[in-house]
Amino acid sequence: MGFWSWGVVTLQNECPGNTLAYSSISFFYSPTVNDCPFFPLQIDYTGTEPSSPCNKCLNVSWDSSPPCTCTINFTLEHSFESNVFMYYGLSNFYQNHRRYVKSRDDSQLNGDNASLLNPSKECEPYRTNEDKPIAPCGAIANSMFNDTLELYRIDNDTRTPITLIKKGIAWWTDKNVKFRNPTGDGNLTALFQGTTKPVNWPKPVYMLDSEPDNNGFINEDFIVWMRTAALPTFRKLYRLIERKNNLQPTLQAGKYSLDIAYNYPVHSFDGRKRMILSTISWMGGKNPFLGIAYITVGSICFFLGVVLLIIHHKYGNRNTSADIPN
Amino acid sequence: MDCSLLRTLVSRYCAGEENWVDSRTIYVGHREPPPGTEAYIPQRFPDNRIVSSKYTFWNFIPKNLFEQFRRIANFYFLIIFLVQLIIDTPTSPVTSGLPLLFVITVTAIKQGYEDWLRHKADNAMNQCPVHFIQHGKLVRKQSRKLRVGDIVMVKEDEPFPCDLIFLSSNREDGTCFVTTASLDGESSHKTYYAVQDTKAFRNEQEIDALHATIECEQPQPDLYKFVGRINVYHDRNEPTARPLGSENLLLRGATLKNTEKIFGVAIYTGMETKMALNYQAKSQKRSAVEKSMNVFLIVYLCILISKALINTVLKYVWQSEPFRDEPWYNQKTEPERKRNLFLQAFTDFLAFMVLFNYIIPVSMYVTVEMQKFLGSYFLTWDEEMFDEDTGEGPLVNTSDLNEELGQIEYVFTDKTGTLTENNMEFVECCIEGHVYVPHVICNGQILHNCTGIDMIDSSPGGSGKEREELFFRALCLCHTVQVKDDDSVDGLKKNQLSRRSCIYISSSPDEVALVEGIQRLGYTYLRLKDNFMEILNRENNLEKFELLEVLSFDSVRRRMSVIVKSSAGDIFLFCKGADSSIFPRVKEGKIDQIRSRVERNAVEGLRTLCVAYKKLTAEEYSKAQKLLQNAKLALQDREKKLAEAYEKIERDFILLGATAVEDRLQEKAADTIEALQKAGIKVWVLTGDKMETAAATCYACKLFRRNTQILELTTKKIEEQSLHDVLFDLSKTVLRHNGSLTRDTFSGLSTDMQDYGLIIDGAALSLIMKPRQDGSSANYRELFLEICRNCSAVLCCRMAPLQKAQIVKLIKLSKEHPITLAIGDGANDVSMILEAHVGIGIIGKEGRQAARNSDYAIPKFKHLKKMLLVHGHFYYVRISELVQYFFYKNVCFIFPQFLYQFFCGFSQQTLYDTAYLTLYNISFTSLPILLYGLMEQHVSADTLKREPSLYRDVAKNALLRWRAFIYWTFLGVFDAVVFFFGAYFLFDNTILTSNGQLMTTSTHMMFGNWTFGTLVFTVLVFTVTLKLALDTHYWTWINHFMIWGSLVFYIIFSLLWGGIIWPFLNYQRMYYVFMQMLSSGPAWLGIILLITVSLLPDVLKKVLCRQLWPTATERIQNASRHCREHISEFTPLACLKSPRYRSSDCSNSPARRSNSHSKKMMFTHWKGVDYSVLPSVFGYSNKHCRSSAGYHYGGSGLETSV
Repeated sequence: MGFWSWGVVTLQNECPGNTLAYSSISFFYSPTVNDCPFFPLQIDYTGTEPSSPCNKCLNVSWDSSPPCTCTINFTLEHSFESNVFMYYGLSNFYQNHRRYVKSRDDSQLNGDNASLLNPSKECEPYRTNEDKPIAPCGAIANSMFNDTLELYRIDNDTRTPITLIKKGIAWWTDKNVKFRNPTGDGNLTALFQGTTKPVNWPKPVYMLDSEPDNNGFINEDFIVWMRTAALPTFRKLYRLIERKNNLQPTLQAGKYSLDIAYNYPVHSFDGRKRMILSTISWMGGKNPFLGIAYITVGSICFFLGVVLLIIHHKYGNRNTSADIPN
Repeated sequence: MDCSLLRTLVSRYCAGEENWVDSRTIYVGHREPPPGTEAYIPQRFPDNRIVSSKYTFWNFIPKNLFEQFRRIANFYFLIIFLVQLIIDTPTSPVTSGLPLLFVITVTAIKQGYEDWLRHKADNAMNQCPVHFIQHGKLVRKQSRKLRVGDIVMVKEDEPFPCDLIFLSSNREDGTCFVTTASLDGESSHKTYYAVQDTKAFRNEQEIDALHATIECEQPQPDLYKFVGRINVYHDRNEPTARPLGSENLLLRGATLKNTEKIFGVAIYTGMETKMALNYQAKSQKRSAVEKSMNVFLIVYLCILISKALINTVLKYVWQSEPFRDEPWYNQKTEPERKRNLFLQAFTDFLAFMVLFNYIIPVSMYVTVEMQKFLGSYFLTWDEEMFDEDTGEGPLVNTSDLNEELGQIEYVFTDKTGTLTENNMEFVECCIEGHVYVPHVICNGQILHNCTGIDMIDSSPGGSGKEREELFFRALCLCHTVQVKDDDSVDGLKKNQLSRRSCIYISSSPDEVALVEGIQRLGYTYLRLKDNFMEILNRENNLEKFELLEVLSFDSVRRRMSVIVKSSAGDIFLFCKGADSSIFPRVKEGKIDQIRSRVERNAVEGLRTLCVAYKKLTAEEYSKAQKLLQNAKLALQDREKKLAEAYEKIERDFILLGATAVEDRLQEKAADTIEALQKAGIKVWVLTGDKMETAAATCYACKLFRRNTQILELTTKKIEEQSLHDVLFDLSKTVLRHNGSLTRDTFSGLSTDMQDYGLIIDGAALSLIMKPRQDGSSANYRELFLEICRNCSAVLCCRMAPLQKAQIVKLIKLSKEHPITLAIGDGANDVSMILEAHVGIGIIGKEGRQAARNSDYAIPKFKHLKKMLLVHGHFYYVRISELVQYFFYKNVCFIFPQFLYQFFCGFSQQTLYDTAYLTLYNISFTSLPILLYGLMEQHVSADTLKREPSLYRDVAKNALLRWRAFIYWTFLGVFDAVVFFFGAYFLFDNTILTSNGQLMTTSTHMMFGNWTFGTLVFTVLVFTVTLKLALDTHYWTWINHFMIWGSLVFYIIFSLLWGGIIWPFLNYQRMYYVFMQMLSSGPAWLGIILLITVSLLPDVLKKVLCRQLWPTATERIQNASRHCREHISEFTPLACLKSPRYRSSDCSNSPARRSNSHSKKMMFTHWKGVDYSVLPSVFGYSNKHCRSSAGYHYGGSGLETSV
């Protein structure tokens, strides 16, 4: 019985009213805005379709400057009441490929000076460039996601930018313990002396951000990217949108536009790029799977319980009488 | 010239011996023959060292390593390790190298230690002192220094150090007595004869002067066959050649008896002695479980290879598009790009192999070894199997075969010393229908007058008295017993003083028992002197009878007679023999009464003999004498004529009475055999003893029952008919009856079914085994096996040691491949002990040869019951669960890894962290199953002992059959799918996050691939551990500690492993992963859900099977659980429970001859008593328990009557 109630509770969290319809939809990501206010909003901006505004950027390369930009407008049917999380999602991107996963040097990222100048062999072929050690080395760092996403609310043709908070998106322990800038005197530029930037990066690691506590290896976007995803379709936290006061929802229903600085090429490997907006409840993220699973398992358990009870009632006495056949 | 003449002469003398291909010439005392006779070619023979050890100091490491890597699993792990060393693999070589090293080392140490023990035992044997003669003097040397040609002196009660040609003894007639008990199990004394020309040599000098050579065949294992000749050189004369036969050959292992000393020359030494040749090399035995384990291993190897193949193929299919093989974000290095495609594919294949290699766990072999080794202590510690008298408990020589004890289908038991205690005792005699039972000993004194006899019937009248006297005299006279004549001069006096001092010797222990029994009844046989037999009657008067004729015993007539003349001049013919041969020849006497008594005794397992007499007139005697004389002198068909003569003489008897001799059975032997048969085990008795004796024992120990129809396949029968006809007749008899019955009623316990018992003797067996010219011997063997299969009990008598092994082998290799067990106590059983799947030695009074060579040694035959039914059953249940569980948990472990390949581009990315990969089998999930393997008792030991039929539930490797294996494997696959896709949907469909409120930081974080693996791993560890908890029936605090402890350990380890940056690691991928996962609500919910879902089908299957199709074991479990549930509420009752069982044992033991019917009565009886004794304080619940216990005992009652 416990399973059942859990299931109900979790489902109620998701989307009361039309659970069934929603559960069937939930298995197919639809780029359109969903009716359900709790359902994450997803916008595919890969631009493979010719009609898409980002179609022009489809074949960008790493070093295109200025970056190709495009804008996608969308409408939010229901408002997001609590804090909103903004994700970028990639498909068909094998962050869990063995060659990729091991292509990093954790001690370099932990601020070890020796590893900074002599990165691990695992980083090959992204270990050195022009005889200089790459910092941060390896394929993961090299392929860091570098699209810039900006969100605007369109209110009577005026575009109000929505504040996107870029701190607090990485694990606290990662930011404060696992990732550290090299130690020593001087500013970051001096500390990274003797190293070179990853090949695909437009600028070195010490120029990722203007704020010193979000720069270098402890840049949170970088840290988030460095936690390799489990599956080829994944999403990563990009920004936070905090609720300002109790009077207004974080994101009101209405028209919005997403400005994209399109740098990250995914078309070559058939990938997709998405922007996702979502909230969380006390149970964590949206989880239709758990809800359905609990309901299903609960019902099966209940059903089996009844069946077994009947069987026990019918056959139980027979067994204890121990009429063992020959 | 001279030489060739000699040769022809000799060869003519020993006709038929020309065609020795191999012969050896031995120079007695290492003296060269006189020159000119034959060239002196010193032959090299091995020394007298006995080697049973396997390794030497030098070859231990290579040989042991070779043997260990012959094991399929070890070889596999070696290969995996090498692959990991050579190519770039996802896991480090340490993960498989360390466990392998550990396994190899532990096994090597264990085997080395065992071999060291064997070396020690060999040394003790080889260093025992031997007397031999050098230059006319007696020298003491170590046994191993003995060489062929040495002249050896052996004293009384010493064993012969090697095979000797008997040269002379201190007896005048050049004979000696020998007991070959440890060779062929016959404890009677046999007479051997010295070589005619040398028997006069008395002392060392004379013997040393002997100048002779011996030519004989090369050593061969047949104990009873020997051909050779001795050439004795007298100064310068032609040598005298004498043939040598087995009567001149003293075998190593036999013991000199009743002879002060003998001289002999060594001809076969060391490993060439007939005893050593009769031993079989101790080969390593593998248990059936290990065999099925190897089969499963191969299945998993196939699965593994196909998995790797599938993945490799898919990888290359998937990679065929270049953007997948090498997307811009994940480029290869230059050397990787340049690598040859096929080489690359092959290394990929190997890498997949390495990735999935955990599916065949090294740790399983470690755990199995440890389980066996530690588990064997439970046997050694068993107090019930400890023998108070000898102070010995069971010994475990090999722990490899523990579980085989639960799989036995055939038990081959020796008779003498195993089933019986090997001392005959005169139990009673029946004279004219009056039963006399001698009181054995009262206060250390033998009462030899009338008060010593219990007369069950009223005292006989006048004529009865006379008959009684005659009966005793008959028993005193009609035998071939010799009185030990060590002090023959004052023997008479001594005997008068104390009757016990004289020692009777006979080739038949029954005769000794009879003569001794009669002595207790007042008539003492003193001796045979100058053809006069002297007996002392009750009044202590000496009576002398002249021995006229002895019509000696033979197994066809099954009787013997003597014709004596009393001092009064009356001539009597006394005859004793088997009832079947006496009754038809009786014309007078109380036949019916005696017959009924004899039949009763026979069923009780006593060895009965009938005694009859007839008075001969002088004419009759002379006629008889003439008949015998003629027959004895006949040149042709002497045997036949003698038999005819006997036939004519031995008739028209007057029946005097019958005797009963008991070869006392071992304590509870019948009970044990009954239990074994109920457990579905076929019991065969293999003995070197006579057929009659053996058959009587079989009756006594309930192997043959009253209604068993005995089929005989003996030499006697084969002489009458051809082997072919006999076999076909027998098979027809057997098959006609059994044709309608189904095969699986092999127990033959039900009373309505005709029971067959087969008796076969050694000669008949060798005929069956002998390959025929036309090569159709297999036909006979098959037929014989067919007959055997349909017989509930088989008795093989007159077996040579190797024949015993042959029988065992025959059954072992028959088409069902049954598991065999051989049990024996003597050296003659060693070969069969070695041959059988499990060899058990009885720690006998004489010699530990059997115990040393066995796999297990127990103090008494009765301990076999507990050993098989309780320990064997437990061991089997434990190990089979262990094996299945190990495969299961590794399928659960590795299959998600396999599935993950589909989502990581077939890149061999591991799902779990290295620490988890390494420790999963070593520490997270190893101890609970090991403990289960040691402690599990699915039903209580008492129940198993009480219900032998439960043994059938595990017969034929029931728990490791394909069905069970496939069930476990599918369960594993199902669980793996649940783990993986459960986690997959959690990750894929949602953003698995940690909860802001719980974590105080208001962040909302992403989980990576390591969290994914950790989630799967956490569910995995919990599921497999809880699965084991579901399977455990026997919970002790250690079980709780281990099961919950290992889960707690997993959590603590994970917290610690992720809790700090480990400085010695070059990656920190697990840092805080576990804690982050635990801080997320959905992860908790997901874990609980997945564990439940994966355990659900197994729970369901268990409940359904238990309710709908319960096995006998499960019924018992249900019943006992029922009872326990109620009882446990009241501790006093629970306490009462255990002694109650014991009391039932006690009440059963005196009634061991009673049939099962009465046992059932007894159950019900004490059921009633027990509960009425309990005060009704407990009220309602007590009543409840009574009813359930009633079920229980009712069940057991039924069980016994089956």
